[in-house]
Amino acid sequence: MENMAGKKPALVWAVNLSAAALVLLWLIPTVGLFVTSFRDKDQIIASGWWNAFFSSEQTERFRTDPATQTQVGAEWVIEGTALPPGSSEISAWGTKTTEPGAYAPGETVDLGDGVNLTVNADGTYKMVSPVEFDDDQRIFAQAEVPPSFSLNGYSRVLMGEGIGQAFFNTATVAIPATIIPILMAAFAAYALAWMPFKARGFLIAVIVGLLVVPLQLALIPMKLLHSSLGIQGFLGVWLAHAGFGLPLAIYLLRNYMAGLPRDIIENARVDGATEFQIFFKIILPLSFPALASFSIFQFLWTWNDLLVAKVFLPTKDQEVLTVAIAKMMGSKGGEWDLLAVAAFVSIVVPLIVFFSLQRFLVRGLLSGSVK
Amino acid sequence: MEQVLQALVTIAIGVGGCAFWYWASNTVLDTVYPARGPNAGSNINKANLIRPWLFVGPAVVILAAYLIYPVINTLYRSFMDKTSSNFVGTSNYSWLLADGKFHESMLNQFLWLLVVPALATFFGLLAAQLTDRIRWGNFGKSLIFMPMAISFVGAGVIWKFVYANTEGSQIGLLNAVVQAFGGDPQHWLQLPFWNNILLMVVLVWIQAGFAMVILSAALRGIPEDTIEAAIIDGANPFQIFFKIKIPQIASTIGVVWTTITITVLKVFDIVYVMTNGEWGTQVLANMMYDLLFDQSDYGRGSAVAIVIMILVLPIMWWNVRNARKELR
Repeated sequence: MENMAGKKPALVWAVNLSAAALVLLWLIPTVGLFVTSFRDKDQIIASGWWNAFFSSEQTERFRTDPATQTQVGAEWVIEGTALPPGSSEISAWGTKTTEPGAYAPGETVDLGDGVNLTVNADGTYKMVSPVEFDDDQRIFAQAEVPPSFSLNGYSRVLMGEGIGQAFFNTATVAIPATIIPILMAAFAAYALAWMPFKARGFLIAVIVGLLVVPLQLALIPMKLLHSSLGIQGFLGVWLAHAGFGLPLAIYLLRNYMAGLPRDIIENARVDGATEFQIFFKIILPLSFPALASFSIFQFLWTWNDLLVAKVFLPTKDQEVLTVAIAKMMGSKGGEWDLLAVAAFVSIVVPLIVFFSLQRFLVRGLLSGSVK
Repeated sequence: MEQVLQALVTIAIGVGGCAFWYWASNTVLDTVYPARGPNAGSNINKANLIRPWLFVGPAVVILAAYLIYPVINTLYRSFMDKTSSNFVGTSNYSWLLADGKFHESMLNQFLWLLVVPALATFFGLLAAQLTDRIRWGNFGKSLIFMPMAISFVGAGVIWKFVYANTEGSQIGLLNAVVQAFGGDPQHWLQLPFWNNILLMVVLVWIQAGFAMVILSAALRGIPEDTIEAAIIDGANPFQIFFKIKIPQIASTIGVVWTTITITVLKVFDIVYVMTNGEWGTQVLANMMYDLLFDQSDYGRGSAVAIVIMILVLPIMWWNVRNARKELR
């Protein structure tokens, strides 16, 4: 294959550029939300995330406070500051919504009835009137706001919106829901691969059949069964995830274990090792790659699951991340500052797992699908 | 801190309890039928009859409870009324056949079944071809594969932001691009028909990496000499790709296609968080959730679940057949 693409420089460039375009296309949506999660609430609405690295023009509305007026000679004066947060200098100002940038900094404008207003470049303003003020006055100030990033959103969402609690709930669901089916599947796969017994072929066929059963079918029967047996909370979710993960786990692990060399196992049996010893001392260590790849699948799947958690963990204090975020999307659809942060809190753990253990994930995928 | 501790204790109980079963049951078996003493031989034989069931037992019980029993139970409920208390024959199914929302769901479901596996496989194949020929290929592969780790809900947030339509300056990427080319911003998720396609884009985005990884391995597994022979015979790159490579990885493409098809049949989260089936985007899994949990109609909800099951059956039959062939 090398001798096809490797020769012509133009073709090499074309391949590199198309690959880069494809990768960018795949990456940009995630980057957009990631950048957004570090922006200020006002800036998110004011400009697209792709502008986040440039200064943006922002207009902020202020009101004068008649309570702070002082009498200087025959005149009444109100002084204050109208400076959009994050900026040091205003570029224009105004008093009407329709013309928020009508006047230049330093300009003195007659507002009628002898009232004069001056707004300086540093944002300080002075309003002078021959009679006492009884109402407040709107001032619009425009300024170039330099890009600013902060972790404010993260601290707010983690502490205030219940996302911190949801994070621990998700971990409480995902970790046992990964380990329990692995343990069960490893024992079952060993029996199905290396212990001769009658129902073996039939069981394997059943497990292959169960691989594709949609878990939606199980929701109502299991919810009712759980409540009649008194199973609730995390135990119910663990069992449910174990049930839905087991077919794939047993299938992958059995295929892998069946490929281990027969000699090792039979020698151990001859030497008087019990099946339990063989399983723990020989089979498990040798099956590490398969165990690792299934654990990653199951962990990603249980961490990311919405449906099972929604049905089996109905109480608020046991809410997991996906359920909390789905709720936020329903009730706070436009509050991208909250959503972006919450989404990234939920994504970060799977991403770490994914990037650090990708090798095993790929190997597992290949052993499961390429024949 | 208390939360962490509580979580750790709960985790330890769950995992420990499970491990205890295997240890205890094996110890009991070894004590009852010890592999030594006067009856060692017959004891070993007896233990060997029982032990496989100690090993597969928990898995079989869980599988029976969580997959086999529910299928039968759901089938039964689909012939019962709303609260599963009276037999109603096939009236749930005839209600479905007459229901407009069900027609919409079926139509959309078939659109999903057509579009998502096709596009995901296409982009997977394209990505595999491109990344296999460049130096930074593995890095590029990682990035395209990455959405696989992101939850459907997370992907829903990411893409809803891309499709966002705001007053004033556009903060949604799609509308900003459309505007840059002189078009009018749209409420994308409320735009009939196209909103379906935009929801499918999310799943294609997630699944293409999966297709890429598997197809890339298959492409690299093609014997070099078949390609060299084609080059010597003067085939151009397109002919090599379509006439030499594609036929050799056809069975792998089949596996990728069916795997994505199964995912599509179960797709729920994306539709649920992005449109909840409104504006003509309903699909079967979301309709089922709606009937079961929002309307508490077990009869009709179960009937929809059975429809999904029926759509899965051919793939199930095919898998079992292949597995039996391999076992022999």
